[in-house]
Amino acid sequence: MSKTQPSLQILTANRLTDGAVVYLTAAGTWTTEIRQSVVAREEKAASALLARGQKDAESAVVVAPYLIAAIEDADRPRAASLREQIRAAGPSQPVADAVATAVGLAYP
Amino acid sequence: MPLLKNGAVIDDRWRRLADDDPLPGTDAVIVTLARLRVDRMLAKRGGPLGLALKNNEPVQPLAGELHHFELIALEFPKFTDGRAYSQARLLRERLGFTGELRATGQVLPDQLLFMQRCGFDAFEIAKGAPIEAWKKAMESFSVFYQPAADGREPVSSLRRVLGSRA
Amino acid sequence: MYRYDEFDRIFVAERVAQFRDQVRRRLAGELSEEEFRPLRLQNGLYLQLHAYMLRIAIPYGTLSSRQLRMLAHIARRYDRGFGHFTTRQNIQFNWIKLEETPDILADLATVEMHGLQTSGNCIRNVTADHWAGVAPDEIEDPRIWSEIVRQWSTLHPEFSFLPRKFKIAVTGAPNDRAAVKVHDIGLRMHRNADGEAGFEVIVGGGLGRTPMIGKTIREFLPKRHLLSYLEAILRVYNEYGRRDNLFKSRIKILVHEIGAAEMTRRVEEEWAQIRGGALDLPIETIAGIAAQFSPPAYAPQPASVPQIDALRFAEPAFARWLKTNVAAHRKSGYAIVTLSLKPEGGPPGDASAAQMDAVADLADQHGFGEIRVSHEQNLLLPHVPRAALPALWRALGGLNLATPNAGKITDIICCPGLDYCSLANARSIPVSQRLTRRFNDLARVHDIGDLKIKMSGCINACGHHHVGHIGLLGVDKGGEEFYQITLGGSAEGDASLGAILGPAVSSAEVVDAVETLVETYIAERRQGERFLDTYRRVGAAPFKERLYAVA
Repeated sequence: MSKTQPSLQILTANRLTDGAVVYLTAAGTWTTEIRQSVVAREEKAASALLARGQKDAESAVVVAPYLIAAIEDADRPRAASLREQIRAAGPSQPVADAVATAVGLAYP
Repeated sequence: MPLLKNGAVIDDRWRRLADDDPLPGTDAVIVTLARLRVDRMLAKRGGPLGLALKNNEPVQPLAGELHHFELIALEFPKFTDGRAYSQARLLRERLGFTGELRATGQVLPDQLLFMQRCGFDAFEIAKGAPIEAWKKAMESFSVFYQPAADGREPVSSLRRVLGSRA
Repeated sequence: MYRYDEFDRIFVAERVAQFRDQVRRRLAGELSEEEFRPLRLQNGLYLQLHAYMLRIAIPYGTLSSRQLRMLAHIARRYDRGFGHFTTRQNIQFNWIKLEETPDILADLATVEMHGLQTSGNCIRNVTADHWAGVAPDEIEDPRIWSEIVRQWSTLHPEFSFLPRKFKIAVTGAPNDRAAVKVHDIGLRMHRNADGEAGFEVIVGGGLGRTPMIGKTIREFLPKRHLLSYLEAILRVYNEYGRRDNLFKSRIKILVHEIGAAEMTRRVEEEWAQIRGGALDLPIETIAGIAAQFSPPAYAPQPASVPQIDALRFAEPAFARWLKTNVAAHRKSGYAIVTLSLKPEGGPPGDASAAQMDAVADLADQHGFGEIRVSHEQNLLLPHVPRAALPALWRALGGLNLATPNAGKITDIICCPGLDYCSLANARSIPVSQRLTRRFNDLARVHDIGDLKIKMSGCINACGHHHVGHIGLLGVDKGGEEFYQITLGGSAEGDASLGAILGPAVSSAEVVDAVETLVETYIAERRQGERFLDTYRRVGAAPFKERLYAVA
């Protein structure tokens, strides 16, 4: 009988004051670095993360906490979906490059 | 529930009557439209009568009966459901209702001025809500761009009075 | 253009103070997110994919140079040095901090701007023809009416918690450049048999999940009745619009469910009660607003400008730019110039702070200090003397704002998509970038001719894909980005919704797919036919065959 792969989840939210994308760490703090987030390996742990996040939402630390699927890459979590990858890293490369060019535009 | 009226929290002399509650003698009671339509004793009773309308119950059909009510209570089931604003304006401006127009449901300070402008003059607010937030909300604007039920002069007519651009 | 008087200044200052206090209460935990959310939305502040996004209102797409410089300042001081112009003539900034937003709104107030009602279930920015006041075919400047409607709709106490958002567009010319038929209310000015100008009132148009063309509920509405009539429509919507299902709560669904005839009946019944009352527009009020939109002090211009002809022959790029980006003006000797925000490889509709400052200077130098934003996400200088065209073109070239592609295949209307928007299913900007690279041969672009590609990253259709000659809709297929293709949409007077061509194509295939569609058009077209005309004549079959042919 094959074992089903446990689904990995991490908790994300936006910081209330500046809207920054943040992830919950094992210490219960919020980091902008997804690789430092704590990983829940089964449902009970995931629910506990969500409860922590909702508490911090109620005390005006973060907004809209929710769980996202993660994959492990050299023991560090990454976002599984394209949407959350973009959310973690910023606009995708071709866009970021084009913007950098435009913003660096020299004006005589 | 605390009742905000005329800038202060006052005792509420009105009582909501459930549809199957017996009708009291002379107490001030608020009944639903459903009860109004079936209870023949209401007209015979001596005490003050209030009507609670749901926000999907049309106001226009009540035109000939409004004089029976000292109070009409309208509902904001969630503060984002704005149907009662229209009901209030129609009651005040179209049907000429002069009794107490009470806002109930999810009534929050940040919508107080909208409600007041639409004709509400009494507000069932959450217990423990600080009165300062309400006072501040009422005073947050002195300029209004459209006529409503509150009789305030909108900017367009003030400009005509002034005759020329500031 | 409209200048605030003391009333307007007091109002916007009060609004800033109100929001500053609401933010304070939110940060202190006195307001929950649920209570705060509609309040911040009604000041234009979204919680978005990367941070808060601020959408600033540009009423009917008109800006002064001073205002544009302030937008540049906001980009630099509070964001990452650039902004995005939208399909509703607004501007968006993507990395805004909540705690700084009161200061941003205070800065905006100093130049008569705000983020009022650019989001939320209320009446949104009233958009207008971007050629308002300068189009040769115009009956009357639609901005007069947009401004009248803007003021009436500002903090309207009855209509601030509608079932859903509400969008109004106005055109003052028979040729509709404001997409009035796909708005909740579209107002099209025209003349009746007596030569009197009034409005055709169109209700229930919209894009998104269930795109619909609006229905005319009144053929001719005299101008003085505009506000009372709108109030009647909004009241019917506020009372009867669905609130049980987020995807069925626009007025277009109400019109669809009860029918145009019944909608007309309800509106007219309500209107009969309020017409001629407090919302009647007296001549003085209309005249007071209209006076704000009188034309600038145009100077007499030479009959011809020899430098233009000389430069046209010397530089083919200038010749192309004249053809596509310079349009005839109401006033002889003047021109309407489009500054393309769709350069090769660029993110469509974006402008850097440096570009904004430079355009403000050019507007002062060559255009009476006025700039326009079109719903096609370009900027315009609406009052340029033809004599200034050579100098302007050179200056724009140095700013990467002179791409001669207005209305052409690379003038793509494109939402921010998954790179910026939490609602999106797929990215849109990189596809647009790739398309502008594939079609970078300007001779080819000009040969292809008028072709409007509109792209949305999700069904909410902020890129207006339903009304693109070629529409592209980003979808998620098993975690991969795919693009559904529609053909034959149009937002103009001949409004139509695009029809799905066939199965969605992958991200890797989409640029080739567009090229195939273009090749089909070239093969099938007759003399003088644009892409849209050919499609309407031959139908989908030739396009389908070529695109989905087994290799």
